[in-house]
Amino acid sequence: MPVQNNRADIRTRLQDLIPKIVLAPSVAAILIFVYGFIVFTGYLSLTDSKMLPSFDFVGFDNYARLFDLPAWNTALINLVIFAALYIAICTVIGLALAILLDQKIRGEGLLRPIYLYPMALSFIVTGTAWKWFLDPGLGLENTMHLWGWTDFQFGWIKDRHMAIYTLVIAAVWQTSGFVMAMFLAGLRGIDNEILKAAQIDGASNFALYRRIVIPLLRPAFLSAFVILFHMAIKSYDLVIALTGGGPGRATELPATFMYSYTFTRNSMGIGAASAVIMLMTVAAIMIPYLYSELGRKEK
Amino acid sequence: MGFLDISHVSKAYGSVQVLHEVDISVEEGEFIVLVGPSGCGKSTLMNMIAGLEPITSGDISIRGQVMNGVHPSKRNIAMVFQSYALYPNMTVAQNMTFGLEMHGVPKAERDKLLADVAKLLQIDHLLARKPGHLSGGQRQRVAMGRALVRKPDVFLFDEPLSNLDAKLRVDMRTEIKKLHQKLGTTIVYVTHDQIEALTLSTRIAVMNKGYIQQLGTPKEIYDTPANLFVATFMGSPAMNILPATVKLRDGLAYAEISDVEGKPQLLQFSQANLASWDGKNVMLGIRPEAITDIDGADRKSKNIQRFSNLVTVTEPAGSDTFVTMTASGRDVVARMRADASVAARDRFEFAINMDKAVVFDPATEARIP
Repeated sequence: MPVQNNRADIRTRLQDLIPKIVLAPSVAAILIFVYGFIVFTGYLSLTDSKMLPSFDFVGFDNYARLFDLPAWNTALINLVIFAALYIAICTVIGLALAILLDQKIRGEGLLRPIYLYPMALSFIVTGTAWKWFLDPGLGLENTMHLWGWTDFQFGWIKDRHMAIYTLVIAAVWQTSGFVMAMFLAGLRGIDNEILKAAQIDGASNFALYRRIVIPLLRPAFLSAFVILFHMAIKSYDLVIALTGGGPGRATELPATFMYSYTFTRNSMGIGAASAVIMLMTVAAIMIPYLYSELGRKEK
Repeated sequence: MGFLDISHVSKAYGSVQVLHEVDISVEEGEFIVLVGPSGCGKSTLMNMIAGLEPITSGDISIRGQVMNGVHPSKRNIAMVFQSYALYPNMTVAQNMTFGLEMHGVPKAERDKLLADVAKLLQIDHLLARKPGHLSGGQRQRVAMGRALVRKPDVFLFDEPLSNLDAKLRVDMRTEIKKLHQKLGTTIVYVTHDQIEALTLSTRIAVMNKGYIQQLGTPKEIYDTPANLFVATFMGSPAMNILPATVKLRDGLAYAEISDVEGKPQLLQFSQANLASWDGKNVMLGIRPEAITDIDGADRKSKNIQRFSNLVTVTEPAGSDTFVTMTASGRDVVARMRADASVAARDRFEFAINMDKAVVFDPATEARIP
């Protein structure tokens, strides 16, 4: 009997250990390749690294030089325009689609995946498709000309003042369906009796949504904002595929700036500094969000 | 023509008929309870009164006006929901006055109505809070307050107490009854709890499978149930139903039932008109409190029959003792005084108050009058 006991003991101990053993490699990988490299990048941003990492400490010189660069300032202004429009338009379109889909319409099961489908595409595909579609010589403008509307002009993608808005169009097209799904889940979560109560109270559809439903979607708004915001800051592949940062530098965003300075312009120190600034920006949004979410759960 | 008239109302979802020709006429100030097991159609009927679901056929009218197709907000009704359905983003005061605001009542009047109702329900101190910060009982009060400020013709309560714990439920039940006595409003109340139905109502409509089984005062429903369903659904513990054979002896009708050993015993009926049932089988219904020990038998009863049988189990429940025996092959529960001297496995002389017994036709399940 004691032998059996011992075996059972090893088995239970092994069962306790298995989750830890299975998780250990991924925890180690994340610690090194995510957090380790964050620290490494932070360190590089304080050195005079050029083409290769160097370890000569120069303090905050890179940050000072970074904010003197017109290219970085353009990238920041572009980010503000892009992020503001992208988040606002996605939220409005997503909410509108969700409310319309929530009217118990026929064929909802078919429409929902149609709206959601662009999310399944890579930004590279979206960018390439929209590049052709918006190209005056190939896409919309050309088609309109062929159909006989020869005065039609839509050359935003070649216009240095308007090109940034084509980024917004493509990004909104890709993400609105996803935002719609988030709002739709929120709408479905609302207690049906509340809607009945509002009906008996005599709320018009407009009042119902403005006074009751939309305030109840607050958590969905918050999640949508956080997700869209960090997607806006990370935007890189869409820019590369759609405009390549051009015309000129008109659609440069911090992510493309960071890549080009770090890996193609031999200014790794400045690139690292810009990466740290981006990280801080994301953290400024994410930390209060996580704090409020986790704090709420503990209650 | 009643205050709230439900006449020949039916409801069907496609080919599934969920309500069959329901007729209820409610007088002003009545407290009508719709009671039945889940799926009996009681909530559907209430939603149709509220206008939340269309009526397939028949008419519902309030104050003589036909309400078919009238929007819920224009019927002058108010509803209290099972989940309370308070608007979580609004304060208690905003919750209660939202309906008035939507009906275009000016602010000064809204505030006055709110103050009156808040005082009546003793929730004045909660007005600035949000529903998330209220206890279950307080939410319940706010939900009632939201209904009261509208001064509706008819109040609809949809299982309002089922989300409360047992003690609070009893307290709120009393509260609702007090409120009804004080305000004299017309109330339609849906519940699956037969005790709520018996305690609260002036009249009960017992429903099953889309039919009204019986409509009557709590006493009528309890003492003279129309059929086996009503008899067994209303009352706790449920009425004992025993197969029995009618025997005529010297012109008097007796019920023959057997004890646990299969030995037949005769109980004389109080009903006078069972002679035609001689030799036939019937279902005998006896409430647990009509079976006692001999000392505890109802002294006002003119017909106490003795029945000797073995006791299976005794369950002391504080105020009463429940005694179980087997008769005619069924478990029979008796409700006795707490100090009745009865022990399990003993042979015991039961006293059955046949004045309170009811008889059912086994074929139609209807009560034989």
